[in-house]
Amino acid sequence: MVTATDTHRAIDAVWRIESPRLIAGLARITGDVGLAEDLAQDALVAALEQWPKSGIPDNPGAWLMTAGKRRAIDGFRKNQRVGRKHEELGRELIERELTVPDVAGALDDTIGDDLLRLVFIACHPVLSTDAQVALTLRLLGGLTTDEIARAYLVPEATIAQRIVRAKRTLTDKQIPFEVPRGKELETRLASVLAVVYLIFNEGYSATAGEDWLRPTLCEEALRLGRVLAELAPKEPEVHSLVALMEIQASRTKARVRPSGEPILLFDQKRELWDQLLIHRGIAALARAERVSPSWGPYRFQAEIAACHARARTPEETDWARIVELYSRLSAIAPSPIVELNRAVAVSMASGPSAGLQIVDELRSDGALKGYHLLPSVRGDLLKKLGRFDEAKLEFENAASMTRNVRERELLLERSRSCEKRAQDREAE
Amino acid sequence: MRFLCIYKPSKPEGTPPTQEQMHAMGKLIAEDMKSGVLLATEGCLPSSKGARVRMANGKFVVTDGPFTEAKELVGGFALIQAKSKEEAIEHVKRFLKVAGEGETEVRQVYDADDIPAQS
Repeated sequence: MVTATDTHRAIDAVWRIESPRLIAGLARITGDVGLAEDLAQDALVAALEQWPKSGIPDNPGAWLMTAGKRRAIDGFRKNQRVGRKHEELGRELIERELTVPDVAGALDDTIGDDLLRLVFIACHPVLSTDAQVALTLRLLGGLTTDEIARAYLVPEATIAQRIVRAKRTLTDKQIPFEVPRGKELETRLASVLAVVYLIFNEGYSATAGEDWLRPTLCEEALRLGRVLAELAPKEPEVHSLVALMEIQASRTKARVRPSGEPILLFDQKRELWDQLLIHRGIAALARAERVSPSWGPYRFQAEIAACHARARTPEETDWARIVELYSRLSAIAPSPIVELNRAVAVSMASGPSAGLQIVDELRSDGALKGYHLLPSVRGDLLKKLGRFDEAKLEFENAASMTRNVRERELLLERSRSCEKRAQDREAE
Repeated sequence: MRFLCIYKPSKPEGTPPTQEQMHAMGKLIAEDMKSGVLLATEGCLPSSKGARVRMANGKFVVTDGPFTEAKELVGGFALIQAKSKEEAIEHVKRFLKVAGEGETEVRQVYDADDIPAQS
C-alpha cells in the first residue's frame, strides 16, 4: 500500500532532480533568480496538492515548468513581481503557450544554457564567497537551508539570511542572467570552480561517522563538477578540477580510521581506493588534454593526484614526475605551500638531504611561520637522516602549532619515537 | 549514496530493440551522464555467451548458457549516484520507461561510512 508519506517522499525526490532546471528556466524567462525560486516553490506546492491524487505525471519536469510559468502569468496579470523583463515576459509566455510544446527536443539545449547561466549567477563576484557557496548548494544542489546549515555547522537562520540577502543583491544590482564571454569568462569560470572545490574540501576534510551531510558535500561538488564538464566541455580547467575531485574522492574509504584519525597517504591501504573513480579521474584528465594543451593550476594538481593513483604501492610512485610537475606548477602559480610539497617530492626522488635544503630555505624565508606542516616535514626529513634529537624537537614544535587533537597526538607520537631511536643509538 | 541497479527485462531474450528504443536509450544514458547521476552502465550480451558458477559443499558446478528462464535473466546494470533511495527509484522509473517492461532491483552499495569498524 502506498502511503501519503511514500508519495510525498517520491515527490520530494522528483523535486530534487528537477528543481535546478526548473529554477534556471524560470530565471531566464523572468530575468530574476529570486522570483524564479519563488515561482518554482509555488509549482512544488501545486505538485504536492495534485500529484497525490493524480499520480506523478509522466514528465514531471515539464509539468512543473508549466505550473511555474502559469504562476508567472498570474503575477503579470495581477501586476505583482514579474521580474525585469515583464513586457517581453508577457509576449514570450503567450507565444510559448500558443506553440505546440516540443518538450523532449527543443527544451534540451535551452536547459543546458539555462543551467550554465544559473551556475554563473550563483557564483557572481558581487556576492561574498560564503553567499556564493550557499546559493550554489541551494539552487544547483537542491539542498534545503537546514541541510546547508548542518553541513557548515552554522545556525539555519544564518544560511537563510545569507541566501535571502544574496538574491536581493542580485536583483538590486540588476545582475544579468547570462553566461559571460571572452576574457570575463575566464575569470568568472575561475570563481565558479573555486566555489565547487571549496564545497568539495568542506566535505572531504570531515571525519567519517560524523553528520551524514559531510559526504554529501563531496558528492554534491563532484556532481556539480561533472555537470559543468558537460555544460562547458571546451574548458580544460573544468575537466581538470573534476579529475582532481574524482581521484581525491577515490581515497575516502582509506583515509580515516574508524576512530576518526586521519591516515596519511603513504600509510593508506591502496586496495581500498575506488578504482571506478580513479578511472573516471584519469578519463577526465585525458579530456582536459584533448581540449587544450595549456595547463592551468587544477591540471597540475590533478596530474600529481593521478601519479599517486597509478602507484599500487608508495614505492612504485613516479616521484621524478611529481617533482617535475611541482616545479612547473611553481613556475606558473608559485606559493610556499607548493614549494613545501615540492620539497617532499624531491626528498622522495633524490633523498632527504636534497629535500631538507629546500625546507631550510623556506624556513629562513619565514613565509610559512605558524604552519604546522613545515616543522612536521622538517622533522620527517631529519628523522630519515638519523638526526633524531633535532627531529624530536621539530615534531614537538609542530604539535604545539596544530589545533586538531588527533593530529597533535600523531605528531607527539612521532616525537616520542624519535626520542626512543636516539636513546637506542646511545645504548649501542 | 550510490545504488547498483540490476535490470531484468520481461520480454524473452533475443528480442532485438527497435531503432527508436536504441535512440531513446542512448539519449537517456547521455542525459544521466550529463547530470552526474550515471556512473557506469553496461548491457549484457546474450546468455549463450555466459555461464553460471555455483559453489555448494565446497564443490563447483558450472552451467553454460543459454538460460531459458526469462524471469531471472539479467539484462544489464547501472551504478548511479543519488541523494536518497527515493531519488534512485525515480531515476530507475525513467530508465524502465525507455528500456521496457521488467524489473530493476535497486541496492545501495557500501560507502566509507557503512563499512563496520575494524576491531
